[in-house]
Formats: sequence, C-alpha cells, structure tokens
Amino acid sequence: MEILQLVLYGTILGSILALGAVGVSLTFGILRFANFSHGDLMTIGAYVVFVVFTVMKLPLWLAIIVSLAVTAALTAIIDKLIYRNFRNSDPVILLISSFGMALILRSLIQLIWGPSTQVYEKGIQLAIKFGGGLRIKPDQIIILVGTVLLIIALHLFLRKTKMGKAMRAVADNAELARLTGINTEKVILCTWLMGGALAAAAGIFLGLDTRVFPEMGWNILLPVFAAAILGGIGNPYGAIAGGLVIGISQELSTQFIDPSYKPAVAFAIMVVILIVRPTGIFAGRSS
Amino acid sequence: MEGLINFGILFLTMAGIYGILSLGLNVQWGFTGMLNVGIAAFFAVGAYSSAIVTSVGDLPHWGGIGAPMIIGFAAAMIVSGIMAFFVGLITLNLRSDYLAIASIGIAEIIRLVLKNEEWMTGGVNGFTGISGKFNNIFDGGHALLYMIMVMVVLGIAYFLCERAYKSPWGRVQRAIRENEIAARAMGKNSLSFRLQSFVLGSAIMGLGGAVYTHFTGFISPEAFDPLLATFLIWVMLIAGGSGNNKGAILGAFIIWGVWSGTEFITSSILPADMATQGAYLRVLFIGILLQAILLTRPQGLLPENAPQPDKD
Repeated sequence: MEILQLVLYGTILGSILALGAVGVSLTFGILRFANFSHGDLMTIGAYVVFVVFTVMKLPLWLAIIVSLAVTAALTAIIDKLIYRNFRNSDPVILLISSFGMALILRSLIQLIWGPSTQVYEKGIQLAIKFGGGLRIKPDQIIILVGTVLLIIALHLFLRKTKMGKAMRAVADNAELARLTGINTEKVILCTWLMGGALAAAAGIFLGLDTRVFPEMGWNILLPVFAAAILGGIGNPYGAIAGGLVIGISQELSTQFIDPSYKPAVAFAIMVVILIVRPTGIFAGRSS
Repeated sequence: MEGLINFGILFLTMAGIYGILSLGLNVQWGFTGMLNVGIAAFFAVGAYSSAIVTSVGDLPHWGGIGAPMIIGFAAAMIVSGIMAFFVGLITLNLRSDYLAIASIGIAEIIRLVLKNEEWMTGGVNGFTGISGKFNNIFDGGHALLYMIMVMVVLGIAYFLCERAYKSPWGRVQRAIRENEIAARAMGKNSLSFRLQSFVLGSAIMGLGGAVYTHFTGFISPEAFDPLLATFLIWVMLIAGGSGNNKGAILGAFIIWGVWSGTEFITSSILPADMATQGAYLRVLFIGILLQAILLTRPQGLLPENAPQPDKD
C-alpha cells in the first residue's frame, strides 16, 4: 500500500515537473535553446500567488490567474528586451543569456521578498483518506485537477487553433513555416506567453505542495530538463509523460535511497536516455 | 598601507585562481564551443581531491594522507579529468544543449554528495585539516609566496593553453567549432577531439580548485555554489574574449575586480543590516553586465585572434 501512496505522491510531483517540462519543450521547439531561466520564472509565479493570495488575501483561483498573466507578460518583456536581439545568433548565446537571466530574476526575487521561506497558508492541512488507506491533501487535489485542466487547454490550443497549428509548423520546420507566410515573431511571442504561464503554474503548484523560497525553481530545473529530454525535447506531449515518469521514479526511489538524492534519480534516468535513445522515448530532436 | 598590500595580495591570488578556471573554460568553450555550465563540479572535485590527498591528522572524513601539495594538484587534475571523460562520453556527440543540461546535473549531484556524505567530505561542516606549505595567510609572508605560486601556475597554464591553441590540435578544435561536418569530412574524429578538449579544460578547472583549496585552507559545499563557481567564470570569459587565452585571464582580473569592487561599494553605501540585500544587488549587477556584454560586445575585450595559415 505504501507503494501506491508513493505513486500518488509521484504523480503530484510529476504533474508539477510535466508543466515545467512542457514550457521548456515549447520554447526549445520554437527557439531551439534550453531556457535556463525557466526555473526562476516558476519561482516568480509562486511569489505572485504569495502576494495576491497570502498577503492581499484574495481568493486562490484569482491569485493563480493573476500569477499566470503576470509571469507570461514578464516572459514576453524579457524576450522583447533581451532574447529578441539574439534571433540571428547561434542559439547557444541565448542559452548563456538565459543563464544570466536566471540569476537576474533570482536576485530580484531575493531583493523583493528576502531569502526566507514562505508558506501560502499557515497550519496543517488534514489529509483526506480514501479507498485502500490512500491519503491526499486538498491542495494536492488542486494540483492534479489544475494540471489536467491546463494540459487539456494546451492540447485544444495546439490542435484546434490556427496559432497552435502555426506553432507546430514552426517547431517542425521554421524555414518552411516562414515560406508559407506564418508570422514567426507572433508565434515566438505566443510561445513565450504560454511558456511563462505554464512555468508560473508549475511554480504555484510546487509552492502549494511544499514551500515558497527563492531557490525553489532553480532546484527543480534539473528534473524538469530531465523530463523534457525523456519525452523528446521539443515535443510537449512527450514532456508530460516524461514529467510523470521522473516524478514517480523520484518518489519511489525514497524507498531505497536517501531522499536528498531525489534529483540524482532524475539525472540517472536522463543519462540512461541520453545513452540509449537521445531523441527521447517519443520522437524529439537530438540535433 | 599594510592593509592595502594585504588587499592587493588577496585580490591577485583570487583573480589568479579565477584566471586558471577561466582558461579551463576557454579550452572548452573558446576553442571547441562546448557549453559547460557545471564548472562548479570540476572546481569542487579538484578542490576536494587535493584536500583529501594532502590533508594531515586524524580526520572525521576522508583524508589524512599528508602528501605534498604538488601531488594534490596532480590528483585534482586527474580526478576532474576522469569525471569529464565520462560526462563527455555521454553528451559530446549530442547537440550542445545536452552537455549544458548534463553538466548542470553533474554539478548538482556533486553538491549533494559534498553536503550529504559526511564520512567522505565532512558534509556541510566542511573539510578540515587541509595542509599545504602556504595555507595560512595570516602567518608571516606566506600570503605573498602563495600569490607568487598562483601566478606561476597561471603562467604555466596560460603557456600550455596558448601552445595548444596555436598547434594543429587547436586548429582542429576551431574547425569543429566552426563547422563540425566539414571537420569530419577532412577525416577528423570530432568526438575524440572534443573529448580531449573537454577533459583538458576540466583538468585545468580541477587544478584551479586545488589551488583554491590550499589558499583558503578550508572548504565547504557553500564555496562551490553555482553562482560564484560557474556563473562568474562565464562572465569573465565572455567579457575578456572567448577563444583568446589572454582575454580569459584579463576577463578574470576585471570581473573579479568588479565583483570585489561592488562588495566594497555596497558595504560602504548600505547600512550594515542590509548586507544581504547588498549581495543580491551585486549578483543583479553582474547578471545585467553579462547581458550588456552579450548585446554590445559579444566578442569580448580581446577578441579571438586565430593565427592565419600564411603567417605561420
């Protein structure tokens, strides 16, 4: 039974990783670089909810919507100010720039909110028990339901809207997409907005599940990347599966190894994938 | 006056250590175009390897072998190089993003090991008992001697990197960086060449770690935080000029000057109880500085100046 409980916890962690990995994969698919500031965008999202929900005492759903919008807008502004200038550079320059952006964002977070750890709500939430002795906290139900809703929305967007189709076209072949008259700048803006919103959602859910502190996003970046690579980087659907696999493996590993080595499990899975099948379990990009 | 001299010695020692690390990164990124974002890992492994080999006394963790410092330096280079070999073997035939991600992963795992495996590394309490002929900077003229030694090590590293850069080996590395397919068409085994460059660069970083260890005489996982041990070195190399060994060293001295200078400014402007905010402001400044350099002068202060075939 303990195993089933761990699988449940793993699914919750996996949902958070999946949302992060989908954002990483989307930006990678369109802009061809691994965004190292994605983790710190998650942290921003988590802190916006802290301000709106915990400090201003507004309802949680409203705080989440505000946070998604603020983080998405911030991501678009960063692109306008910095990343846009590197459109014609080698994508690795973008990677280095995003690494610098990660530190800029984190030091801003630390300047505004300080280094200490925050929680959304004080006090202990009672876990709900259900069939077979499994336990789940109300916040964790919010995480699972929220993730499912976001992923359905993402799926409908990518499959049904014109912009979603354009995004997939650019991800498949940017040159060909441009030739068919797709406005790539618009697609890039849309990618950043979605990536930012998804990062915020991942950060908020991480904050709901654990605590809010300045390094939270950076600390989870490695498993998020591992999930994106496992699913085939550039493939948002694979990233969801990758997130769940990494999340569940990390929780199950606590049966055998010291829980502080959880990120090492993500890394080990990533290394195996890179050796065996670098394009990920679902077709992604390796070159 | 004496304070100023001490500050100068301290500054040059630290800048020299960063110069060694920056040269190591230049071999990987400047020569061959490999993105190592886990410098902290190789730096830390070098530092701890040397500490384990040279430390004296009955210690609560690994060490106590009491070998001379030069053996510590060699151990640092070998262990960092071996680690680089395995990381490189897995990631170097994939696109550069994978190496970046894998190197971040290695840095994270090394950090976890340093923190958690107290029996080996002393954990968060740090590694004690590090010896070395020059480890105590407050005791007589050792600080000056150590600074001279750091400069000598930096000079040797520079000389070797410069030779490597100008050699046919360096030319192949540049060819791989500029056009890997063409280099392979010329019959060069690009994976093997990249692996050599990655191992060499990481060994130099390990050496930097060893030099750092014997300077401070005490190391703990905090010293290998990704900010100071990875990011600052990237800013140094890019500011100085990727691909240029002189630039790598110049960048290390300038950025270390900026980093120490901003500490001086924030501590004299801000009240004492805002010291932590001061530290965040400095990181913010360095982050913005990197963006500014990438936007306005991506080639750095001393741009790469590859030898031309007809001038050889």
